[in-house]
Amino acid sequence: MEQFGSIDPRLTGARLMLSKVKAVVPVMSAKGGVGKTLVAVLTALHAARMGRRVGLLDLDVTSPSAHIALGVDPQKLQPEERDGVVPPDVAGVKFMTVAFYTWDKPTPLRGPAVDDAIREVLAVTNWGELDLLVVDTPPGLRDEALDVLEYLPRPRVLAVATPSRLARAGVERLLAILEEQGLERYIVENMAIGAVGLEELAEKYHARYLGRIRYDPGVEEALGSPEKLLDTDMAKDVEQIAKKLLEELGL
Amino acid sequence: MHEWALIRAIIAEVEEVVKKGYKVDEVTVYLGELQNVDKSVMEAYLNEAIPQIAPGAQVRYETEPARFRCRVCGREWGLDAVELDEATREAIHFVPEAVYSFVRCPFCGSRDYEITQGRGVRLALVTSRRQEETGETR
Repeated sequence: MEQFGSIDPRLTGARLMLSKVKAVVPVMSAKGGVGKTLVAVLTALHAARMGRRVGLLDLDVTSPSAHIALGVDPQKLQPEERDGVVPPDVAGVKFMTVAFYTWDKPTPLRGPAVDDAIREVLAVTNWGELDLLVVDTPPGLRDEALDVLEYLPRPRVLAVATPSRLARAGVERLLAILEEQGLERYIVENMAIGAVGLEELAEKYHARYLGRIRYDPGVEEALGSPEKLLDTDMAKDVEQIAKKLLEELGL
Repeated sequence: MHEWALIRAIIAEVEEVVKKGYKVDEVTVYLGELQNVDKSVMEAYLNEAIPQIAPGAQVRYETEPARFRCRVCGREWGLDAVELDEATREAIHFVPEAVYSFVRCPFCGSRDYEITQGRGVRLALVTSRRQEETGETR
């Protein structure tokens, strides 16, 4: 006799829920404040405008912010229950965030609770058929980031960095981990102001350099409106990056 | 419905164990009070599906009361010690960690506590010999 005690069915559930998603792209950064959320949001919006079936998942379970960029009030807009929960459509993108359930209140979670929240969101979200799922992840290389890489099927990581030497050191560590794990990886340079690029870093870690995004102070005012966001200089740069990404993904 | 996502995952887990060559004798589904899933929905689907995947398997359900332990004052409590309105219960139903957004330790007011039991759905299986040992085939 053998006993299988305490089986957590959620990761199996997550695999089922993501089984009809062609490409999963976690957007990651080793440091906070590099504009990862906006890169994720704009990439998803552009891909949807280019006619792809796109999902956007905010997996920052303690500090979700993609809904703020999109102007979603999590108490007013809620996922519909249908074989799990179906993310609502926001500007052509199926959007899911834990904020639908925490309503922007403080949600201080420690290690195991962070993992539980991530597993739960992945297990209950019914994405249906998608070409691309963009995942906004918490910054850093702690539990949350590692969970994301472990739980998502065949993650193709879009690393975001700024030209700052601090961000550069961070993204180097992230790329090294991704290379060690044999994961497909891309890099974009956000808030680029000078000529110093991250191409050589991409080369060193065998990542595909997708381009640079100019620093755009106008983005702040466009937060909360997908249309206004898509009208910013930042969005124009991300559009080129989204095109290259879709090509890379074969979508 | 949300329960269906968990039901599908449980069915897939049992299928996986059967595929590995085990005979499943008993399936126990633990239903955490915090997540508050609809037990009747679980029963309606699983009581029909499990015997088809694992013939002869008994399906049992156990409800686990939710318990919390405060990391600051060390006190323990259950859900009956806090008041939750319907909308909050619904939010916690979908993602039990949402409890940290709405509930504080009833003794010291801290949000730094842990859920010690009764969080969500999990299962345990009792299996007997491998099929190849008995020459059985599916």
